[in-house]
Amino acid sequence: MSPPASTPATHVVPEGFKPPKVTHNTRVLPGFKLSLGLTITYLSLIVLIPLAALIARPWEHGLEAVINTVTDERVLASLKVTFGISFAAAIANLFTGLAVAWVLTRYEFPGKRILDALVDLPFALPTAVAGISLCTMYATNGWIGSLLEPLGIRVSYTPLGIFVALVFVGLPFIVRSVQPVLAEFDAEVEEAATTLGASPLQTAFRVILPALAPALLTGFSLAFARAVGEYGSVIFIAGNMPFLSEITPLLIVIKLEEFDYAGAATVALTLLSLSFLVLIVLNAAQLILSKRGQK
Amino acid sequence: MSAKAARFPKTPAAIGLTLFVIAWMVLVIILPLANVLFEAFARGVAPYLTSLAHPDAISAVKLTLLVAAIAVPLNAVFGIAAAWAITRFEFSGKGLLLSILDLPFTISPVISGLVWVLLFGAHGWFGAVLQDAGIQIIFALPGLVIATILVTLPFVARELIPLMQDQGTDEEVAAVTLGANGWSLFFRVTLPNIKWALTYGVLLCTARAMGEFGAVSVVSGHIRGLTNTLPLHIEVLYNEYDSVGAFAAATLLAGLAIITLILKTFLEWRFAGELAAHRKH
Amino acid sequence: MSLIVSNITKTFDHFPALTDVSFQAEPGEFLALLGPSGSGKTTLLRLLAGLDQPNTGTVQFDGIDYLALNPRDRRIGMVFQSYALFRHMSVAQNIAFGLTVRPSKERPSKSEIKATVERLLKLIQLEDFGHRYPSQLSGGQRQRVALARALAINPRILLLDEPFGALDALVRKDLRRWLRQIHDETGVTTIFVTHDQEEALDLADRVVVLKSGQIEQIGKPVELYHRPQTEFVFDFLGSSNPAPARVDGDTAHFDGFSVPVISATPLNGQKTTRFRPFDTQLATEGAGFKAKLVSVLPAGPSLRLELKGADGTLYEVHQAHDSNAADLKVRDTVYIRPTKVYAF
Repeated sequence: MSPPASTPATHVVPEGFKPPKVTHNTRVLPGFKLSLGLTITYLSLIVLIPLAALIARPWEHGLEAVINTVTDERVLASLKVTFGISFAAAIANLFTGLAVAWVLTRYEFPGKRILDALVDLPFALPTAVAGISLCTMYATNGWIGSLLEPLGIRVSYTPLGIFVALVFVGLPFIVRSVQPVLAEFDAEVEEAATTLGASPLQTAFRVILPALAPALLTGFSLAFARAVGEYGSVIFIAGNMPFLSEITPLLIVIKLEEFDYAGAATVALTLLSLSFLVLIVLNAAQLILSKRGQK
Repeated sequence: MSAKAARFPKTPAAIGLTLFVIAWMVLVIILPLANVLFEAFARGVAPYLTSLAHPDAISAVKLTLLVAAIAVPLNAVFGIAAAWAITRFEFSGKGLLLSILDLPFTISPVISGLVWVLLFGAHGWFGAVLQDAGIQIIFALPGLVIATILVTLPFVARELIPLMQDQGTDEEVAAVTLGANGWSLFFRVTLPNIKWALTYGVLLCTARAMGEFGAVSVVSGHIRGLTNTLPLHIEVLYNEYDSVGAFAAATLLAGLAIITLILKTFLEWRFAGELAAHRKH
Repeated sequence: MSLIVSNITKTFDHFPALTDVSFQAEPGEFLALLGPSGSGKTTLLRLLAGLDQPNTGTVQFDGIDYLALNPRDRRIGMVFQSYALFRHMSVAQNIAFGLTVRPSKERPSKSEIKATVERLLKLIQLEDFGHRYPSQLSGGQRQRVALARALAINPRILLLDEPFGALDALVRKDLRRWLRQIHDETGVTTIFVTHDQEEALDLADRVVVLKSGQIEQIGKPVELYHRPQTEFVFDFLGSSNPAPARVDGDTAHFDGFSVPVISATPLNGQKTTRFRPFDTQLATEGAGFKAKLVSVLPAGPSLRLELKGADGTLYEVHQAHDSNAADLKVRDTVYIRPTKVYAF
């Protein structure tokens, strides 16, 4: 009987071998039990137990009730509105966000720093404030709404309003994902493409854009995930017409106000599961894209 | 690796793209912000001040500050503990812990409010027990606080973890060999090294805590003068067609957002090296 | 007050970093742990400081079981390879740290701490740098601050991990002499880790040579150099040339000549002996290893010649600048004759 190959009888030290550097030693630095205990307790109380309730509550009236709730026309319509418009807004931000990131990293112009700082406004501005401001702006007597009215375009109180709100909310995610990659993009690679005879447009589309793809996808995922759950900036401008412009988070609130806890939990769990599913797919795609880049 | 230096746009395409981006930023970001001010002062300064001086508005401001004053320190302490555990020790399940830590970023704010109603609401798991004991959580301050804590939980930890990972343990280990105990180690070596990142995390956490709408809306019950935070106060006024009142209150939060952006930009500019290398919101 | 390390074994994920390591450091001794990377020398240092625990074995200092002591209580001054200075503290605050974190009962008074810091700043010749921050210092200055910080706690033992690793050659030599001087002044038992044999031989009272987690030899620099006990020690301490010979007790027999052989134990039979570049004579004729000259380079006090034997063996030979080797030209045929060889 030969010994298993994985346990060699003698240990051969490879050339230049360094034993793994022990940077984290559970014995030397104090506070392991205290900090980990605190962390786990806090996360359990604030995140895990509440989530357990969310996962457990839908089933209290049986599986049939869950299926009935999920297949309810109004719920399905709200999911379609939520995911459809979130997707459309994230796509729109993909292009405009890339343009913003490109201009902010590549060009110099007066007021650039302020513009750069303002990209984060949707992160910082409370959603309710954004909601009422957008709603007023795009109402038929608002700054923008009054300009669109003669063209027959109505934004506030229509699905288009939801789109406008989600574009506002999602912009910084794309810009801030792409910006660092673009800023660190090796100038020599671009110059190499030029010396090989590529036009600026060819360089942009065949050299730079593929390198940005993973970052773009990351930004897209973040913007999309945020949009699906968005509430404050949407409900004012949406009009909230069932089947037409009613988003799923609002439906959860409505069910809760009717004291239909199980129903609210069911819709919430559905929304959460679907958005996780989309995120998993996007993450997988992102992983494939970024692996392709690093050989 | 050197990036291309930024310069003034020269080609027609570059000028066109730059102008488009400026126009887009004006439309998407600047106009909605300007509109808040415009609507708030639509009928002049007096109505603006009157609506801000209204008792409901004042109690909303107080409540907002109170909620943030409870939620932010708790999340800051948690963030430090989590960052210490995660970056200073090896243990199994760390990846899972990090994923759980990120969950509040992915969950809809409405769901972050809903879960507390499912636990503590009238028909919640602990609803009956709490009612017997005479404790009110939902539609009361505790509900607002825990909903805010859940929504803003990752901010401080997420800011500290990459930085502390980068800084490594060299200085702390050296302090141990010099005889430092746990607390002097933390207060004299660790804390001074992470103070700006901590400030940054607390800033983002505070801004979000004061502006949170969805989660708070679900647990608040919208009782005027009692459980209405500033964002909820805005909603109530707006739905009652008190546009000036709503936008006047909104200017407070918009001002907070601008201050946040200014401080954030300042911290990023001044202490770039002492903040986490990459941003994640 | 000697440090006694006995039978230390340490494994990382089934990889044996240290196997049955035992040695003793006498009071006031300056000891070097010498070995290539991966030899376990840094691991050994970390075990002494209490930053890692061995699987088996004991560490005793002055009769105290050191493994049972918390690293905080060992009073071991450790100078880290990265220096690990506190970046937000001034030089003076860095040096004072170990004193100011003591429990209030054992803490020296403010004026005492100030006096200690000033004394140490003078010792490391940075009197005027107390208010500077680590980022404002050069590599050599940081290293000296790290040393002062470790000395401030009045350590029982001073440990230095590759103390000159991150410095350029010029600074390194200066600091080396200076470190020896500090050691002689303070008299602290000092153990330092290095992969540089020249540094170890130049500085230490005794050298512990490590290879793959095991001790190859312990001895004074001269002993190691003149009486290497293993082939590894011989090769690690300097350049060497191979020479197959028939060994007969204290003599090695080659084709046409014989030379004395140095070995730890009397050897007999066919052996590949080794000789140093400077234990050689060169001749254009006569007995010796026939080789063609590849290059001649001045190397400090001597000429360094590279030669290629008829069978392809490469030889390195050192000759005085004023020897006949200076007249040789590349591709000349010469005969190399060792004056003494080592066998293991």
